[in-house]
Amino acid sequence: MDEHYNFGFLDERTKKMIRRAMLKAVAVPGYQVPFGSREMPFAYGWGTGGVQVTASIIGRSDVLKVIDQGADDTTNAVNIRRFFARTTGVPTTEKTLEATIIQTRHRIPEAALTETQTIVYQVPMPEPLFRLEPRRSETITMHALGEYGLMNVKLYEDIAQLGAISKTYDYPVLVNERYLTSPSPIPKFDNPKMHMNPALQLFGAGREKRIYAIPPYTAVRSLDFEDHPFEIQSWEHACALCGAENSFLDEMIVDDEGSRLFVCSDSDFCSERRSAGHVGTQQAVTMPDTLASARGEEP
Amino acid sequence: MNNRLLLSARNVGKQFMQGSRMRWACQNVSFDLYPGEVLAVVGESGSGKSTLLRLLASRLACDEGSVHYDVRNEAGTAMAAAGASGVFNLAELSEARLRWLARTDWGFVEQHARDGLRMNVSGGANIGERMMALGARHYGKLRGEALSWMERVELDTARIDDLPGTYSGGMQQRLQIARNLVTHPRLVFMDEPTTGLDVSVQARLLDLLRELVDQLHLAAVIVTHDLAVARLLAHRMLVMKDGCVVEQGLTDRVLDDPQHPYTQLLVSSVLTP
Amino acid sequence: MTAVLETVDLSKTFTLHERGGMALPVFSSISFRVNPGECLALTGHSGSGKSSLLRCLYGNYSASSGEVRIHHQNQWVNLSAAAPREVLEVRRHTLGYVSQFLRVIPRVSTLDIVAEPLRRLGVAASDARDQAERWLARLNLHERLWHLPPATFSGGEQQRVNIAHGLIANHPVLLLDEPTASLDADNRRVVVALIHAARARGAAVVGIFHDDEVREAVASRCLDIEQFRQPF
Repeated sequence: MDEHYNFGFLDERTKKMIRRAMLKAVAVPGYQVPFGSREMPFAYGWGTGGVQVTASIIGRSDVLKVIDQGADDTTNAVNIRRFFARTTGVPTTEKTLEATIIQTRHRIPEAALTETQTIVYQVPMPEPLFRLEPRRSETITMHALGEYGLMNVKLYEDIAQLGAISKTYDYPVLVNERYLTSPSPIPKFDNPKMHMNPALQLFGAGREKRIYAIPPYTAVRSLDFEDHPFEIQSWEHACALCGAENSFLDEMIVDDEGSRLFVCSDSDFCSERRSAGHVGTQQAVTMPDTLASARGEEP
Repeated sequence: MNNRLLLSARNVGKQFMQGSRMRWACQNVSFDLYPGEVLAVVGESGSGKSTLLRLLASRLACDEGSVHYDVRNEAGTAMAAAGASGVFNLAELSEARLRWLARTDWGFVEQHARDGLRMNVSGGANIGERMMALGARHYGKLRGEALSWMERVELDTARIDDLPGTYSGGMQQRLQIARNLVTHPRLVFMDEPTTGLDVSVQARLLDLLRELVDQLHLAAVIVTHDLAVARLLAHRMLVMKDGCVVEQGLTDRVLDDPQHPYTQLLVSSVLTP
Repeated sequence: MTAVLETVDLSKTFTLHERGGMALPVFSSISFRVNPGECLALTGHSGSGKSSLLRCLYGNYSASSGEVRIHHQNQWVNLSAAAPREVLEVRRHTLGYVSQFLRVIPRVSTLDIVAEPLRRLGVAASDARDQAERWLARLNLHERLWHLPPATFSGGEQQRVNIAHGLIANHPVLLLDEPTASLDADNRRVVVALIHAARARGAAVVGIFHDDEVREAVASRCLDIEQFRQPF
């Protein structure tokens, strides 16, 4: 641990301020609480909000996991994990089940979380209505009055023009049947995990200077229409490495012929399964097979 | 005859800073409006009629006097649970209540349709918005309602998914009307609803308004500078000049037997082809 | 027999503000009563104020002083002081008016114009239309005109539309302003018969009849307006 910094990089008064904001956020699930976001030693857009939240709650007895798009070994995750190792000396892990705090960019782990865990989301734009109504003065009023007709109009319009709701990530949810919230750019596949989750879910947006929260066991509902219900993504293939059929798969092009390998996005989940003996096809799906499948034929 | 007062203006007035002095844009206006009554507010530019309309619709706060409305709750509406029915001074209603009122029991037809429509979503979405705001969540039913209203205001239903920018001026006004009437409001405010449209388009729109007011038993306050519109649509008229009401009464009486000098001037100035 | 319409000291003076406030007196202190079944004919030279009096009775002109009182739904209503919606109620149920000129609502068909007073009373649209057709047929208005707006009709045709519109609702009080002025002999006879029928069912009629023959056929008494003129 680097002794030049305060524990967790932020000074104690800042942590107190952020914790106050978090308490408000937990008290009003889904409501965006403004906070005095600090200058961090990395740029906006790289998780400064999430890091400030984690820094404010992390203690010596915690175990930290950091993931980016489900993987522990990508640049962003490695960087942030190293940052906390240097400024806190707290043990880190790649195993979801061993972590007490999980900071994530754009995914929720496949493994079910428990009451002893906290998940911290990195949020680029906390305002779910931003693209429809850019003025903050207006959206504040809409949230205050629960006037979310604008979002419903957008969903109606998607169905009218495209046949289905077009949002596949950052899919808007209603928290505790009251506040319209952005779940952060997680795939809609992960939305159901937010509902009645035993873990505390905290959201930090550094650039936009807002924090919000979903307390444990809170109702979270993805917006839809009665006759166009919310649906999650599914794949024809299982994970090529571990054979999992119900996890979110990354699609990787592996050669110049367009062959693609489908692999679990959650790297820890995949390696746990492989350790338990599960095996996938180990093979990429070739282009002719993909095309045949698209035509509805047998590969 | 329905004796329950719907809208009541009592000594309503509004002043604005003009140059270095305060000027009353609208002053001392009083009238009572009953369900199903159409009131035309007539005057030339600067008469204060548009200011009056905005005061009545609570888009501006009164500097003097008050506006009262008979608020009626509908069972099952989330907002309605928050308050009682009855005649209220609009200035005393919470913003939430006023906005709910404006979305359900009132309509406001703007002079320029693009001010009263969402131009970036389809006609169908425009009509459906109020229903969605009230909790309607069945896409098929929303679409069905939108189609039926489009028929009612004589819009081509094949254009339900088209953006309002692709509609003609007259069609945009019809869309605006449908968008406002979908929640069966009892009171509709209209700000020069036919001004700026081609003459033949105006004529058809006036016919439509006449029919709808009749069929739906709407009360309306219509601001217009066109006496012919007043004669066609309104039961009663207010004539305004320089912020004050100079004459009011039964429409045909005011137009055929004008008493005030200004009214006489207005009536005699109208060209008849 | 109780009257259904009466005027009490009714006076009318126009003030022409565009002529520097010049006063144009029309008539002064007219008092009369009309009973059910009667037809009061207003007489006097043209310009003597007969039409203006009729318009005062309809509430279309305001009274400068005095009152117009009408028996409406078992109550006396002071029409000259009534609120607009009360006047409209009286016109809907009790008071009919056949004006000298047809103010046309553009693009509405003749049939719908004539049917409107019945629809206002809650009669179903199809039923109202049927009755309108019968009235127009009675007045010899050709079927091919029924679905056209009357703007392009001749004076006589427009007048017959007016008459049908004014009489169709069988109001207890009828005001007729020169109902036969543009009609040929045949149609004049039809109108006379219609007025007789109205009186027979108990309607009180106040009318201006330019044609001596028609007046003699329908009026039960006359009132000369000239006697109520104010000297200039």
